[in-house]
Amino acid sequence: MMSAVDFLAWVRGPMFNIALIIFIFGVIVRLLEMLLIGRKPDYSEARESAFAGGVRTIFRRFMPADTGTLQRSTTVIFAGYVFHIGFFIVLLLFVPHILLIKDTLGIQWAGLPTPIIDAATVMTLLALLVLLINRLVNPILRFLSTFQDYLIWLLVFLPVLTGYMAFHHFIQPYQLVLALHILSVELLMIVFPFTKLMHTFTLFFARWYNGAIAGRKGVKA
Amino acid sequence: MSTATFERGYAAFKEQIDSPIAAFFNSCVHCGMCAEACLFYTETGDPKYTPIHKLEPLRKVWYQEYTLLGRLTSLLGLTERLTDADLAEWKHLIYDSCTLCGRCSVVCPVGNDLVYMIRKAREGMVAAGHSPEGQIGAAKRAVIIGSPMGVQFVTLQAQIKHAEKTTGLTIPIDQTGVEFLVVLSSMEIINYPEYLEAIAKIMHQADKTWTLCSSAFEATNTGIQIGSSDIARQLVNRIVEAAENLRVKTVISPECGHAYTVLRWEGPNLIGRPYRFKVRHIIEVLDEFRAGGKLKTEGFEEARLTFHDPCQLVRRGGVIEQPRKLLGMVARNFVEMEDAGKMNWCCGGGGGVSAIDEAEELRTKVFNRKKIQLEKLKVDTLVTACANCRIILEEGLEAYEMDLPVVGLTEMIAEHLVEDK
Ligand code: SF4
Ligand code: SF4
Repeated sequence: MMSAVDFLAWVRGPMFNIALIIFIFGVIVRLLEMLLIGRKPDYSEARESAFAGGVRTIFRRFMPADTGTLQRSTTVIFAGYVFHIGFFIVLLLFVPHILLIKDTLGIQWAGLPTPIIDAATVMTLLALLVLLINRLVNPILRFLSTFQDYLIWLLVFLPVLTGYMAFHHFIQPYQLVLALHILSVELLMIVFPFTKLMHTFTLFFARWYNGAIAGRKGVKA
Repeated sequence: MSTATFERGYAAFKEQIDSPIAAFFNSCVHCGMCAEACLFYTETGDPKYTPIHKLEPLRKVWYQEYTLLGRLTSLLGLTERLTDADLAEWKHLIYDSCTLCGRCSVVCPVGNDLVYMIRKAREGMVAAGHSPEGQIGAAKRAVIIGSPMGVQFVTLQAQIKHAEKTTGLTIPIDQTGVEFLVVLSSMEIINYPEYLEAIAKIMHQADKTWTLCSSAFEATNTGIQIGSSDIARQLVNRIVEAAENLRVKTVISPECGHAYTVLRWEGPNLIGRPYRFKVRHIIEVLDEFRAGGKLKTEGFEEARLTFHDPCQLVRRGGVIEQPRKLLGMVARNFVEMEDAGKMNWCCGGGGGVSAIDEAEELRTKVFNRKKIQLEKLKVDTLVTACANCRIILEEGLEAYEMDLPVVGLTEMIAEHLVEDK
């Protein structure tokens, strides 16, 4: 039987490297397989710059298209914002995470005080619960959702939950819960390239294409 | 058309997939927001009308053919492969319940251009033999006779004579070296002859040279609606040849949204090179005349009126301000519809849906959206700039027992032209 300390050493060492390699190579391969398909040139006379349109849409889609959209999709939009913002705050501004990034990449920045991180974690968990319930009760989402949607929900929820539990020492020994936290992140990294989590990167391309197609026509998409 | 088979369809789907489509499928997070943007969902409450769901066949092909994981799993027999039965089932979703209005494409938070994909998915459907009868018939008529509604040049000639009589002006045919080539939609030839008269009067007042062409008078392009690039190319080529032979500077697209989309945006890509002429929608041309002081009107409409934005003109075409400026010349009592402009709701009959008999009931149902918009405004007249919208609006209003005249913007302007310049 592996002790908690050994387990922690394993998830921090070999397992982390495996996950990181799968993540990085997976993402690169997936992006290449997308970009290498290519696209046909557009010979129509442009009304406005496609490039400017692409850039504009990358930014514009951070906001809902109009108030009607906001009204019709309120839950998804609000819970979606809270989840994404909370998740990135916790991921990028929690001091131990920053130290890890510094060790791996050599860059660092200032973190936020832990009570704020704590609050952001709770908000993120709540937002994720709202999103799950919404997925289960909203007729469109229940219809659209596949096994992957629920799996990804779980794989995103677990790192946040275990992180919260580790921070508050809910499980003893501490090494065990920390190891579980790291393992849950590694699982997320491994499935990332092969699932809808890829939208983290591909949405910039999607928005750019959409905005460029519309921009040629003089439409602010 | 060569015989349609599932294999051909599959190959066509495969050929349509490009980097944008891969980016779109990779990015979808199943948030459901596109459904709320689509009138086929909002007016029926049926989730099967969610735009991204309409693209399942295309997604399957993308996954199987263009992702390593998909290839691997389908080799091992672990992926559900696309079947002919899928396509038969999706016909209703890809044709009857999508007007190519493009609202979903403007709303998707990750930026998916869903209508771009639906347009391309139709190419696969045609090749696999799963496009609607009504549209196939219209497309065949368009290729053989020259017009989807079966209009022949003699029909137009009769109209030309009539228009010449009422206006006292000559309507030029096959003139070379003029500035404008005017093309019409079949709807205009059959149902709205006023349009041709309006053009004659406006061109006369603006002192512009123009012509109709006996071999290319019809701009409605069923190829694009059914999703067949082959047919679309044949139809658009007639106009390209005519315009380049007659050496016109600009081809004027009629008050027909899809005709504009094909001529202006898809045409050069269908023939694989840029045009040697420009394409403008009649509303753009009128607005240029207005800006140049060449459009002089008198008097104002007294009626309280509003403007229905044709999807292909605003969201898919970028012509948003022009109709408003033109209306400003002739209407004092103009009010905007809710969501006007870029976000306007479709009439329910675009994208070839108006040619599908089986879709009529659904189309009438989703017209409810327009009904609600119009009821809020309490207008006396509805103006639009697309003959197809106009027919659908008239039919919808009749079905909902609403008494509201629908007018084409070009004709409205023509009625206010200062006479005897
Ligand atoms: S283009 Fe319009 S009709 Fe078609 S799926 Fe999108 S919103 Fe619905
Ligand atoms: S709105 Fe975009 S991300 Fe959301 S379900 Fe539709 S296509 Fe997918």
